[in-house]
Amino acid sequence: MPPPLDAEEIAQRLDAWLETEFTFHKVDALAAEFAALPRDEQDFILDWIRRIATTHITLAWHFAQRAPELLRRMDRRVIEAWAVHLCDTYDQAGMYAALAFADQAGSFLHVRSEHAAGALFEDIAGVLGNFVHGLSGRRLRVEQGESAYTDGERLFLPAITAALERREDNFKLAKATIALLWAQTRFGTLRADIQATAAAFPHPDRALGQFHGLETLRLTARIGRELPGLYREMERLRRALGDTLPAAWAPLAERLARPDARVEDSLALLAEAYRLPDFAPWCYQGELRPDAVANCRAARLEKEKARLRVKLAELEAELRQHQADAAEAPAGPRFEAEAVEEDGRLDFEITLDDAPVAPPADVKQLLTSVYLDFGHIPPEYLVPAGDGEYDPGLFDDRPVDPDAVWQGTYHEEGAVFYPEWDLGRQHYRKNWCVMREKAVAPVHDDFYRATLDKHAGLIRHLRKSFEAMRDEDRLEKRQPQGDEVDIDALVEALADARDGREMSDRLFMRLHRAERNIAVGFLIDMSGSTRGWINEAEREALILLCEALELLGDRYAIYGFSGQTRKRCELYRVKAFDEPYSEEVKARISGIQPKDYTRMGFAIRHLTKLLGGQQARTRVLVTLSDGRPDDYFDAYRGPYGIEDTRMALLEARRAGIHPFCITLDHDARDYLPHMYGAARYIILDDVRALPLKASDIYRRITT
Amino acid sequence: MSAHTLTPEEHYILDEPYYEPVGNEVAIFEAAYANRLPVLLKGPTGCGKTRFMEYMAWRLRRPLITVSCHDDLTASDLVGRFLVRGGETVWVDGPLTRAVRVGGICYLDEIVEARKDTMVVIHPLADDRRELPMEKLGQLLEAPPDFCLAISYNPGYQSVLKDLKQSTRQRFVAMEFDYPAPELERRIVANESGVDAAMAEKLVRFAQMTRNLKGSGLEEGASTRLLVHAGKLIASGVEPVAACRAAVAQAVTDDADMLAAIQELSSSLF
Repeated sequence: MPPPLDAEEIAQRLDAWLETEFTFHKVDALAAEFAALPRDEQDFILDWIRRIATTHITLAWHFAQRAPELLRRMDRRVIEAWAVHLCDTYDQAGMYAALAFADQAGSFLHVRSEHAAGALFEDIAGVLGNFVHGLSGRRLRVEQGESAYTDGERLFLPAITAALERREDNFKLAKATIALLWAQTRFGTLRADIQATAAAFPHPDRALGQFHGLETLRLTARIGRELPGLYREMERLRRALGDTLPAAWAPLAERLARPDARVEDSLALLAEAYRLPDFAPWCYQGELRPDAVANCRAARLEKEKARLRVKLAELEAELRQHQADAAEAPAGPRFEAEAVEEDGRLDFEITLDDAPVAPPADVKQLLTSVYLDFGHIPPEYLVPAGDGEYDPGLFDDRPVDPDAVWQGTYHEEGAVFYPEWDLGRQHYRKNWCVMREKAVAPVHDDFYRATLDKHAGLIRHLRKSFEAMRDEDRLEKRQPQGDEVDIDALVEALADARDGREMSDRLFMRLHRAERNIAVGFLIDMSGSTRGWINEAEREALILLCEALELLGDRYAIYGFSGQTRKRCELYRVKAFDEPYSEEVKARISGIQPKDYTRMGFAIRHLTKLLGGQQARTRVLVTLSDGRPDDYFDAYRGPYGIEDTRMALLEARRAGIHPFCITLDHDARDYLPHMYGAARYIILDDVRALPLKASDIYRRITT
Repeated sequence: MSAHTLTPEEHYILDEPYYEPVGNEVAIFEAAYANRLPVLLKGPTGCGKTRFMEYMAWRLRRPLITVSCHDDLTASDLVGRFLVRGGETVWVDGPLTRAVRVGGICYLDEIVEARKDTMVVIHPLADDRRELPMEKLGQLLEAPPDFCLAISYNPGYQSVLKDLKQSTRQRFVAMEFDYPAPELERRIVANESGVDAAMAEKLVRFAQMTRNLKGSGLEEGASTRLLVHAGKLIASGVEPVAACRAAVAQAVTDDADMLAAIQELSSSLF
């Protein structure tokens, strides 16, 4: 290992990265502290300071101050996650929130051992999300938050769980926490009006804490009956972290461990518990946030009532269709629902006019959710909605009109988020690109016909060559097995046998059915720089491609991309995979117009996702652009954009998609091989050759 | 002990197969059989469709000829074909023809997997004509009253490529199968695998958890068949969490995250 850097060398680097000339950060003390560390730790810390400084110098400065302490406490994987989360917080919520997170480092470091290997949210979220879906009740989402709590629909976990030394144990702790939060939604904790109850005490916060303690006891016992394996884990975790039950609490715990204990019992015991010493929180209990629960519940109740009533109306209409006396439906409550809770299973028995009905899955989901909110199904929820009683906007999660969002204040509503690769940070920026899919405004003109006329000769040639590619059903002769006897082969074989030669066993014919089974996505550059010749060539090329692809029967989609800053990444739909090549699509091709800038990463990621959803043996992504990635007043210019595009192409490749790039930027042979590292590419020198070449290229890459 | 060799038409089921009726499916099948109507069984994999067919074959005392359909199954595979034997072509009946000849029950399992053109050959058999045209022989085979055609399919795949055409499905008396109710499923698991009632109950609850995961990345939850497998492993002394991993988790998915989640569910339960 090379010798450690001395203080002066370190100070020099920090001066440069933290721009101390302008920021006046004092690096000498830090440099001296770092100089005492071994070389590999120095390298690790300095590398991260440099990477964070590309996001913001102030963040790097705060990281630098905490780094030696962090390094003593945690393993490096956790510190990396911490640093990335610091940058993410800055990206999403600004400097104030990021500094607040940095300040939490102290509390987050209440680890009892050195070099703890924490469980990182992003590593465990997938498993725990599925875990919680497997449990019964409302469909809950697992999300990252500043601490562990639930609002009734989402379960939040902090970025890092690192209370124990071993990673497996930290995972188990996160799992236990998730299970307890789930139990809060499932077994009634959130049903209680906690705020009002706590407000009746002199110190509401203390009352809330004691109530949380009571519920933790009740739910732990409940989990003990439902999930004994998990309960054993929870006990082990409590022992490992020294959580105990004070003797004064023991009688309460016993009462709450009864099989029939409900949240009402905890509420009844609260006055008694209030007189006891504080309940020291158990490791997996998380936080109780009545305000978050109340907000979420208020929004949910009306929506679910509307949805359930509309669904029941649909169900009723469907059921009565089969009845002769449909005209005279009886008045009064017609639906009745009864919840059946048995062995942790929650099911519903629904009757319509006393006749049992099998509810569809979505009605069951809604009933479950309503039941968890009330503990029963209120009768007014079971009245089918009348015609037009509800505005469909209230209960339909319809996609927001992509053009209308800009008139609102919250323009990220209804958008899809994509990450972006940050070259300086050497890490993704999470949810960075705000992407929206729009349809191209169709232009009904004679562009389509004019293109066909202009390239009549070429189209004839394309037809011929593409028709030749079509793999058709054919009869395979001389097969060892098949549906029919191949008479020619048999005659020959019999003649052979007469001659005393060996008789062939290839005497059958079988029908070979061929399917090409290719799905291809085209990404078309719609940036401002394509104005003029390039745009026209692109559109002509698309018409010719479509004509050819229709012959082949390959499934294809066409999207145009453009954007202006990460907040406004737009993907223009020309043709979706399941859309036929109609007059409308032709008019949209004609309507492709140059827009703003060339931000490519999000577009490639989105098409990768769309292609991933296609059931095809071969998936191809063809991008067509006129130059290097570029965006308005943004870091996307230069190496950053090139690296992000390269990363997006690598991701596509990893997803089993074959990316292929066609570019018209003939001045830029320097960056292309690197950017298209994962993809094959071709540079066209003459724009006018594009219509001619595009189909030819497609033919070559798919055969 | 050596393996038995049976021709399909000898495949009578002699011992009563273990079958727990879920509803009135036995009565419906018997009525359909008496009226010479073909039957379509719908339902997820491993919920007891094949066992039901065995049970009915035993009850009706008819030979059961099962064909598991695959994507290369042609009409000739079902009806028959000419083979060459010593310089002569010889006609060999396919399983469907054999079933018609002896008046057995022909059960085409997972019919949608077969090639599209294959399904058309069963059409004349499945309506009131009840005849099997054998084009290559230039013959028409009339089905005896005992003959019964049954097919099965799993509507859960939801792939447009694997759907049953209306012209096919509208010829059949359709019966829907689903996983049995918990009470019944417990009894089946205990009976088939030999675990005690408490363990059977836990296995059924575990299956319920995996069925909750359908739609969040799992195509199908654990079937009753898989529970029986897990139960058998447990009855032979395998530790429950390990048995669930081998017999259930690994069987329903290859996805690492999903496997881990199912593993966490089973370790929470046992």
